[in-house]
Amino acid sequence: MSRHTLSVLVENKPGVLARVASLFSRRGFNIDSLAVGPTEHADISRMTIVVSVADLPLEQVTKQLNKLVNVLKIVELDPAQSVQRELTLIKVRADAENRSNVLELVNLFRARCVDVSSDAVTIEVTGTPDKLQAFIKVLEPFGIKELVQSGMVAIGRGARSITDRSLRALDRTA
Amino acid sequence: MTEQMTGAQALVRALEHVGVDTVFGIPGGAILPAYDPLYDSTKVRHVLVRHEQGAGHAAQGYAQATGKVGVCMATSGPGATNLVTPIADAYMDSVPMVAITGQVASAAIGTDAFQEADISGITMPITKHNFLITDPNDIPRTIVEAFHIASTGRPGPVLVDIAKDALQAKMAFEWPVVMQLPGYRPVTRPHSKQIREAAKLIVEAGRPVLYVGGGVHRAGASAQLLEFAELTGIPVVTTLMARGTFPDSHPQHMGMPGMHGSVSAVGALQKADLIIGLGVRFDDRVTGDLSTFAPYAKIVHADIDPAEISKNRHADVPIVGDCKEVISDLITAVRGEGRKGDYAEWWTALNTYKATYPLGYTEFEDGSLAPQYVMERLGAIVGPDAIYTAGVGQHQMWAAQFIGYENPGTFINSGGAGTMGFSLPAAMGAKMGRPDTTVWAIDGDGCFQMTNQELATCTIEGVPIKVAIINNGNLGMVRQWQTLFYNERYSNTDLQTVRRIPDFVKLAEAYGCVGLRCERPEDVDATIKKAMEINDVPVVVDFVVHQDAMVWPMVAAGTSNDDIKFARDMAPVWDSED
Repeated sequence: MSRHTLSVLVENKPGVLARVASLFSRRGFNIDSLAVGPTEHADISRMTIVVSVADLPLEQVTKQLNKLVNVLKIVELDPAQSVQRELTLIKVRADAENRSNVLELVNLFRARCVDVSSDAVTIEVTGTPDKLQAFIKVLEPFGIKELVQSGMVAIGRGARSITDRSLRALDRTA
Repeated sequence: MTEQMTGAQALVRALEHVGVDTVFGIPGGAILPAYDPLYDSTKVRHVLVRHEQGAGHAAQGYAQATGKVGVCMATSGPGATNLVTPIADAYMDSVPMVAITGQVASAAIGTDAFQEADISGITMPITKHNFLITDPNDIPRTIVEAFHIASTGRPGPVLVDIAKDALQAKMAFEWPVVMQLPGYRPVTRPHSKQIREAAKLIVEAGRPVLYVGGGVHRAGASAQLLEFAELTGIPVVTTLMARGTFPDSHPQHMGMPGMHGSVSAVGALQKADLIIGLGVRFDDRVTGDLSTFAPYAKIVHADIDPAEISKNRHADVPIVGDCKEVISDLITAVRGEGRKGDYAEWWTALNTYKATYPLGYTEFEDGSLAPQYVMERLGAIVGPDAIYTAGVGQHQMWAAQFIGYENPGTFINSGGAGTMGFSLPAAMGAKMGRPDTTVWAIDGDGCFQMTNQELATCTIEGVPIKVAIINNGNLGMVRQWQTLFYNERYSNTDLQTVRRIPDFVKLAEAYGCVGLRCERPEDVDATIKKAMEINDVPVVVDFVVHQDAMVWPMVAAGTSNDDIKFARDMAPVWDSED
């Protein structure tokens, strides 16, 4: 089993997320992380799906995904050849006495403080899953009151775009 | 040119434009607006069935008999959910079908309104694609897209759910429409490099087998298959879904493989050094225990659905494409090799399997009827030009084994899904699609009691099908497993149909059909001939057979094909080289 990051371009239509999610569950694949949002083209949404599977089942899930009529394109992003990021918001216990200690860690991790109250601060941090794990670990002694994390988003390095050809396909049918 | 009309009128107009001539269905609240213009259509005949499941299976039978897209229609909620089984069945067997359902008005969707069910959500995993329409202007384009998706690539069911207000609202009808399916691009042209690889393996193999599935029939490639088989001299096995795609009488035909396949077909696959799978999916009912399936064979696997290739068994040469094009290209490529494979030794072994282990059965000494004998006589008297349908269970397997099929598409049954009750409504649909062809529904007494209400439809609509009930008084296949694997503890398999509850002859008569009964071998021919003489109303024949008849050969579920038994505790002896 290994982790794979799939970028899936889909038509921006109702129910597409349900189709993709139900396909994974029906075929017995677990999704580690899923993020979906708009792209530079209004008719196309992009899903970033992280799955832990062996190579053969990965081929099967990719083929099954490709059969969904609303799926335009699937690209597996190699971690070495792509930028992969998650966003985490963390609410940490911090009062006047130890706030500066927390803020020092925020700076070290190039995170940002987005809200402050008398006994807590809320921190925004982006990065790879490893970095986020490390950051959470150093904050734990202060007391994490609440934590929310986005799915992974990823984009390939270099000038090439995975949306170009799909856009042409859309134009042809428009 | 645009024309103002309601969404419902646009629906009927679009169905006419895509060439629909028959729709099976039942009206109800949400779909009611569509039934009004349907009433006026001179091109589309609506067949009022008695249960939506019957509509779905009839559409499947119609589709498989004609090669066109079958159409069924139902209202929202329970009407739509009653279509779920036929939709799942069509999905498993790749039957081109469009199901049109009414949905509650768009403002009520999601409110648990009366007769509301999320049918597009429910059918998501069992349709090739589905649509929910809330804008009447989307209706014509969506209908075109639905028929295109259902009938191209790997065929399958498509559901179109239309909100009631979209059917009622005015819209501007335009024709023709342009499809918007940027993500749907089925590959039909096989890759030439893969074809050359396959051709090379074929001429170099010593023990090749053509493993032929339903995809070859769906592609309309039986003529190409015959040419290819005769060109190469390779033995052919035809799966349950491919019976008739290659003539049973052909000397190269080794029979049906699988759990109840012939010893010669199963043996050919197990001993093969090359399997050329055409339009197949290496289903568990064919492979048995996958790890011991065809252990010596390299695999060439051609299918139009890339996801089937290497799903169950790794393909050494994967070929994605339409079977007609694949086989045509293989013919050219094998000719281009300029040499032929030498399969003489292989045929010696195969002919020994065939001669030593033919399909057979034992007759009963008490003079009662053997179901296999009924099938043999039916096949012999009715002949290979008829269409036979079957449900699921023992009767289905005997129909697959003991009737000789010579023509593609003449055996229509529920293969992948295994839906009891498929046979009768499928026969009705097949007969409506091919009215000049004799259609026999072969059914079990269990299956028959699930969908026999469609006999009313058959009588009223003038669809003179013939039904052969293989009545052993039990859920026979389940009983067979109880005999073999559950110490003969017959838990809930005795239907007591032998007590004549119901009396199938009287039931047939109640539906306006002719009912006949046959209980002894000596009456079989006369009964079949009598049924063949009646062509104005449906005929139901109650063949009362012995309850202990079993389906052989058998590979027990989950075991290896090598452990096939041709009768209880009787294993074939393979050649001495093992």
